[in-house]
Amino acid sequence: MTAFSVATAAYIVAALLFILSLAGLSKHETARQGVTYGIAGMVIALVATFILVVDVSDTLGVVLLLAAMAIGAVIGLARASKVEMTGMPELIALLHSFVGLAAVLVGWNGYLQHPSYGLESLERIHSAEVFIGVFIGAVTFTGSIVAFLKLSARIKSAPLMLPGKNWLNIGALAAFVLLTIWFVIDPALWLLILVTIVALALGWHLVASIGGGDMPVVVSMLNSYSGWAAAASGFLLSNDLLIVTGALVGSSGAYLSYIMCKAMNRSFISVIAGGFGIEAATGDDTDYGEHREVNAEETAELLRNASSVIITPGYGMAVAQAQYPVADLVRRLREKGVEVRFGIHPVAGRLPGHMNVLLAEAKVPYDIVLEMDEINDDFAETSVVLVIGANDTVNPAASEDPSSPIAGMPVLHVWEAENVVVFKRSMAAGYAGVQNPLFFRENTQMLFGDAKERVEDIIRAL
Amino acid sequence: MKIGIVTESAAGETRVSATPATVAQLLKLGYDVVVESGAGARASFTDDAYAEAGAVVVGTDEAWASDVVLKVNAPNDAEIARVREGATLISLLSPALNPDLVDKLAARPITALAMDAVPRISRAQSMDVLSSMANIAGYRAVVEAAHEFGRFFTGQVTAAGKVPPAKVLVAGAGVAGLAAIGAASSLGAIVRATDPRPEVADQVKSIGGEYLAVEVEEQMESSDGYAKATSEAYDRRAAEIYSEQAKDVDIIITTALIPGRAAPRLITAADVASMKPGSVIVDMAAAQGGNVEGSVPGEKVVTANGVTILGYTDLAGRLPTQASQLYGTNLVNLLKLLTPGKDGQLVLDFDDVVQRAVTVARDGEKLWPPPPVQVSAAPAAAPAAAVPAEPKPEKPALTQQGKYALVALGVAALFLVNAFAPAPLPQHFTVLTLAVVIGYYVIGKVHHALHTPLMSVTNAISGIIVVGAMLQLSVDDPVIRTLAFIAVLVASINVFGGFAVTRRMLSMFSKD
Repeated sequence: MTAFSVATAAYIVAALLFILSLAGLSKHETARQGVTYGIAGMVIALVATFILVVDVSDTLGVVLLLAAMAIGAVIGLARASKVEMTGMPELIALLHSFVGLAAVLVGWNGYLQHPSYGLESLERIHSAEVFIGVFIGAVTFTGSIVAFLKLSARIKSAPLMLPGKNWLNIGALAAFVLLTIWFVIDPALWLLILVTIVALALGWHLVASIGGGDMPVVVSMLNSYSGWAAAASGFLLSNDLLIVTGALVGSSGAYLSYIMCKAMNRSFISVIAGGFGIEAATGDDTDYGEHREVNAEETAELLRNASSVIITPGYGMAVAQAQYPVADLVRRLREKGVEVRFGIHPVAGRLPGHMNVLLAEAKVPYDIVLEMDEINDDFAETSVVLVIGANDTVNPAASEDPSSPIAGMPVLHVWEAENVVVFKRSMAAGYAGVQNPLFFRENTQMLFGDAKERVEDIIRAL
Repeated sequence: MKIGIVTESAAGETRVSATPATVAQLLKLGYDVVVESGAGARASFTDDAYAEAGAVVVGTDEAWASDVVLKVNAPNDAEIARVREGATLISLLSPALNPDLVDKLAARPITALAMDAVPRISRAQSMDVLSSMANIAGYRAVVEAAHEFGRFFTGQVTAAGKVPPAKVLVAGAGVAGLAAIGAASSLGAIVRATDPRPEVADQVKSIGGEYLAVEVEEQMESSDGYAKATSEAYDRRAAEIYSEQAKDVDIIITTALIPGRAAPRLITAADVASMKPGSVIVDMAAAQGGNVEGSVPGEKVVTANGVTILGYTDLAGRLPTQASQLYGTNLVNLLKLLTPGKDGQLVLDFDDVVQRAVTVARDGEKLWPPPPVQVSAAPAAAPAAAVPAEPKPEKPALTQQGKYALVALGVAALFLVNAFAPAPLPQHFTVLTLAVVIGYYVIGKVHHALHTPLMSVTNAISGIIVVGAMLQLSVDDPVIRTLAFIAVLVASINVFGGFAVTRRMLSMFSKD
């Protein structure tokens, strides 16, 4: 039994634990268990690798290893404990970029280290693996950085519209293929530098040309990319654990993106290819009539007399940090015997399941938080719907107006309820840039202002 | 300017055009308000309450001498003469039914605004007095019916025996009809409703009624928000439905009105005769000729077979406090529109369809009827909605053969790569392929709410790349070590941060 064989055995166990971890995460009941499995797998993998490193490395290597891990652990744990739940999307995007960066560095090292192979074909495969690993890693890195910047509103979330953007993407891919062939024949350093730059630019452009409204899919897609980057590194290092884990993450991330694309009625291929930001149809002259305003007291009155209430939150609730007052409002209404439920659109927020996380943070019991498909038929029997900071996900135009840019996207049928109160800062259009005829419906009333303050006003009035 | 609230002179009128609450709102618009002493007495609003709200309580003459006179009912001749020159009179006028009244108003140098001429557009909903009164009347119709009806509305099983629920038929699901459906169903009755406009079916259901569709090849499309007259075939089928229902139900409430015409006759004398003794009919259209044969406006009639027909025309007025409050609020909303500066100055802007529509006469000029208003909020959408949603052209989906071809191509490529690649590569591909499949199936049924934790945990797991970087740290080369050091550091952030944040998230999910 050598350190190497121990590591190999440990890797198999770790891979199995990772699979159990993902399986556990698919249900509420087993989710925590799943995380425990994941942590156990990671610990086993790290310890085994550490033993391997101690076995083959000098003291400096071990010291550096411990130092790097300690610093990383401190930073990671600090960020994780501080982050606001509304800041989750940014954090996850940033973490993806780290995987991308690590993949690039590992790839570079693979080139610099350059182990000697007996066969010439193995040499070439090694070169190709370096190239592919660096490419995917770099795309993930800059893509995630842009996603992070957009989500944290450090740069504008509007899609970047370069002329011929699809050709730029295809051109970058073609350049990558050509460079790979060249590199396999003649592994020169400048080629590696060149492909890194091309990939960094491609990653930047891919995500920059996607609008903020599509960010949930982008984050999920980057998650998938980061998996593939790890898998590519696995090939490079002949490490099965990396391949298994990377492929697990890659395929599950891709499948998740696919589910979300279906929810938004978008083509999966065009998402993976990036740059599917839709051109907002502006200059819409249709006269929708006038909206009606309502104040917090009247809304409270409406709620007091309601028998059933559905709340459909959107990104606006996250922005206004309104989840706590909303949870408080829900508790009070439930105490009064009003049936309160939440209807969550699959792409509400900036991250899949974003709303669920926020509501969970505010201690809303998860069994009253329902998905779109579970609740869509119930709107007709609902007295009051509170639309808190959602817009495109409750737009009747999606199902009624075939010419609408969001036509065909499944939406929450809030307009079927007896009364709809829309919490909104102004009459501005949503992320898709589409006007929302809901606001002008006869059973709709607008409650303008900061969602958090308005909800607090309602609680006071109650 | 000064607003005057006057006492209603019509016999049996209990409402008043302003309540203390609406007086306060009028004051906010910059007006001075005077209230005729005793104006609100029958609606339970005392002079003191008005005074407390900021109005000045005055005598009859002074109230009529105001710049703006608010009333509920149309003025009689003496009252028209009392309005000061140049002043504005706002009340219900029914200009379409009372051409004489319009002429009399136009003969005086005054401005007359008809509250019941507000067009049915979304924007003007807050001033739509017909809706607000119909709502009250619909509710009251049920209360009146319950008063006359000798049984419970709700079904009960008691120690003294089982009580069947009352069956109520509401004809016409407009505002009044819907209010009646809601009131009756909340009393526990079984409620059915008819209406020529099929689109109200959902509204009926939403408040607890059952919609009886009249199945004929015809669709009512209304561009002005009101029901229209119906075709012969429709009427025949509808009559059959009414006859069937009359035998079955205990209470019928009819609300069918067509603007500018006599009310349609829905329930014949034969239908009434077929009803059970003790049944009650409320004909809310009695004043316009009646939906029910044998109804008398303002009267209670009991037929030979013991069916009570109520033809009350003052249903809204029987809830004077509520009706005054809603009517007063409608007035306030109109005055808000007419007082753009909130400075107590009433300004009429005829470019605005609402203001033009309500103005019956101005300074001796007859302005009735106004140009027609198209009110359907989204004119383009209406026909589109009527067409059954066409199956959308599918995206050029792959044919079955195409899919097989793609799969075959992929398998072949995988096969070739592995067949020709040297030693470690095929193993790696085996592992990769199996892991991809597992990854796909493992999260196949993930609950939507767990997407974020799942993503966060997969993110943490993809930090496994740290293993590669760790191994590279053992290479004794400063450049490689530096790069590997950075890689281990950032990947560790990912691993630790990812797991920690997932745990934090999951600990929040709770069930009660």
